[in-house]
Amino acid sequence: MSDELTNSQLGAMAYDPAPESASIARIKPAYGLFINGEFSDPSSHEAFVTLNPATEEPLASVAQASTADVDRAVYAARRAYDTVWSKTTGAERSKYLFRIARIIQERSRELAVVETLDNGKPIRESRDIDIPLAAAHFFYYAGWADKLDHAGFGPDPKPLGVAGQIIPWNFPLLMAAWKLAPALAAGNTCVLKPAETTPLSALILAEILQQAELPEGVVNIITGDGSTGAALVDHPGVDKIAFTGSTEVGRLIQQRVATSHKHLTLELGGKGANIVFEDAPIDEMIEGIIDGIFFNQGHVCCAGSRLLVQESVADDVLRRLIRRVDQLRVGDPLDKNTDVGAINSAAQLARIKELTAYGEEEGATRYTSTCSLPDKGYWFAPTVFADVSQSHRIAREEIFGPVLSVLTFRTPEEAVAKANNTNYGLACGVWSEKGSRTLWVAERLRAGVVWANTYNRFDPTSPFGGVRESGFGREGGRHGLEAYLNV
Amino acid sequence: MQLPSGSTVPAVENETQLRALLGGLSGVDAVGAEARAAKLATRSLKKSTKLAALDLAISMVDLTTLEGADTPGRVTSLCTKAMHPDPSDSGVPHVAAACVYPDLVAHARHVLGASPVKVAAVATSFPSGRASLNVKLLDVREAVSAGADEIDMVIDRGAFLSGRLGQVFDEVVAVKEACGSTHLKVILETGELVTYDNVRRASWIAMLAGADFIKTSTGKVGVNATLPTALVMLEAVRDFAETTGVVVGVKVAGGIRSAKDALRYLVVINETVGSAWLSPDRFRFGASSLLNDLLMQRLKQRRGVYVRPDEFSGD
Repeated sequence: MSDELTNSQLGAMAYDPAPESASIARIKPAYGLFINGEFSDPSSHEAFVTLNPATEEPLASVAQASTADVDRAVYAARRAYDTVWSKTTGAERSKYLFRIARIIQERSRELAVVETLDNGKPIRESRDIDIPLAAAHFFYYAGWADKLDHAGFGPDPKPLGVAGQIIPWNFPLLMAAWKLAPALAAGNTCVLKPAETTPLSALILAEILQQAELPEGVVNIITGDGSTGAALVDHPGVDKIAFTGSTEVGRLIQQRVATSHKHLTLELGGKGANIVFEDAPIDEMIEGIIDGIFFNQGHVCCAGSRLLVQESVADDVLRRLIRRVDQLRVGDPLDKNTDVGAINSAAQLARIKELTAYGEEEGATRYTSTCSLPDKGYWFAPTVFADVSQSHRIAREEIFGPVLSVLTFRTPEEAVAKANNTNYGLACGVWSEKGSRTLWVAERLRAGVVWANTYNRFDPTSPFGGVRESGFGREGGRHGLEAYLNV
Repeated sequence: MQLPSGSTVPAVENETQLRALLGGLSGVDAVGAEARAAKLATRSLKKSTKLAALDLAISMVDLTTLEGADTPGRVTSLCTKAMHPDPSDSGVPHVAAACVYPDLVAHARHVLGASPVKVAAVATSFPSGRASLNVKLLDVREAVSAGADEIDMVIDRGAFLSGRLGQVFDEVVAVKEACGSTHLKVILETGELVTYDNVRRASWIAMLAGADFIKTSTGKVGVNATLPTALVMLEAVRDFAETTGVVVGVKVAGGIRSAKDALRYLVVINETVGSAWLSPDRFRFGASSLLNDLLMQRLKQRRGVYVRPDEFSGD
């Protein structure tokens, strides 16, 4: 009876392409700087091109903001703060935030396509996660704007003033929402700098701010490379720097603001551990590991890039995991059935390749998905390293790509020790059906976020942030207000 | 997936052994299982994939009438439709089976004649199963001798929920024996088992006791087939096949009315258990109104426009 069935092929029903239309994005050929409520050319007239990482084709020309432009943006934000925003009531600010949230929802399809084109992430994720969550953050903080007296920071907490916000390329619009929504709710004005490789959704957001008739200068969005970010960090007119990105750059920023009056919050890298006990709900756990590391091509600061699995079930978990990895659909990010999209940039791809080469050199067993990869664009097939040791570079350094390192442990104590044996401390996951053990482990993990029987879940009401080299300060929830209030 | 050759289904001699086997099963995290099913439900089937999937779904339908008001006339009409769902297009496959109450099996058999469409009968005091074992077995034997190819039995949910797992197992074994070579589908009535952990355990009890198929529901209670329940059951048949080499089928029944829903189940099969189950031999839809929507979507794919519902016969 089972002869014909010795091979039941997963994914035997091949799916025809189901692409979302790129034209929905309505991307303009060129974008200027959004300063004082309008788009303007940069003083230097310099521009750079943003690419579609899935095809390496140019999407648009984007302005390169110089130090003079940064100065103009900070000045606009300061004037807006002094003359308008600091005199606007919480209830009024709330109305603007609600309006922005609703327009994001109205334009969600367009934003999802823009995000996928510019970033390389699958349309399923930008459509179902990035854009809805971005709107949810504005909705959530809209609710706080007139209730700051009751947020637990004493009566009438004051904003900081002008916030300089620098965001990464992995969740471009979502990170903009994480930064702008609490800052505006708390009464600050903002200068936002999106990442060099993914500026487009922030520029669409600028259009949305115009549509919402947000007073001019309250939010200014300036595009550029690292020099633009540095000029913003160094600007004396900025009261607060909020940065999300690499630990390396975070360290530089902290040094540069050390002698100034500026407030600082940093959300940096991570090397999250997903800890799997032998009594874990196995099918959901496999999905959780997959979500933990292959969500957004692993370009997630809190990615579960280390899998710590109890030795007694390691073989079974690895077998099921590899079977599942092979099923991931890698390819055209605009295809609605794509699970894993393109790597965001050539530089990031090179970094992933470099670190995975170390993995092999150091003696880990490499398993790479047999999926075929497109000829053009930046691609990296989902990869799992087994037999990884704590001392391997792939167990210590953030790869920021679709690469999982699998280690084993014998006891809960050993799991905690290995999970904590890192300079980072952003997120961890614990998988077990035994609640008491989950709590015992969670209490001992040095991480800002611990997920139980799930991974990579985000909600605007829940604070997010790291400890140690993963940064400080919280985004989301009531805690997220603190980063933008003088308390 | 690679299956071991030859059957190695563990023998279950007593309830203690059964409990030990079930105790080795992993739990199901409800939030995770539902999230996985919801994610798979976003798959988008287009063009040739959709056409092939619609035809496959038609071939997997157990066209069902299970009403107190059923008559020979209604069964005739059901069986006729089962053989030729769309008489204007010979390219439309026949459905897998016509599913009726035991007293109408002989009539259904007569109408279907030598057609490849099977006769399925719900037996064992369907849908509640609240009768003595003797009555249930008699119900099965009569349906089998009247010509049923497949028996859809219900488990004793009361026994399961009160912890008499051995009794549930023994009943399935007894019914299987009464079936002889007739195919046995075991209805778990997942809407009454409520938790996914229960669904997984009940699936294993049925499979260990010799079920050829495990089936979600009778269609007669508030909660019938759902995508996450089907996911959990497919994971169970996959794990059972990997452990024992025996491939058990899955039938989802109750509340599946649209082609869109049906295709979602096919996606879950495709990405959970794979090609071996993408066949009417291993997967069925118990449904009545689903067939017409499948036919309508099939024509829509071919003609590019929707036709009127009256284009298809009522049953």
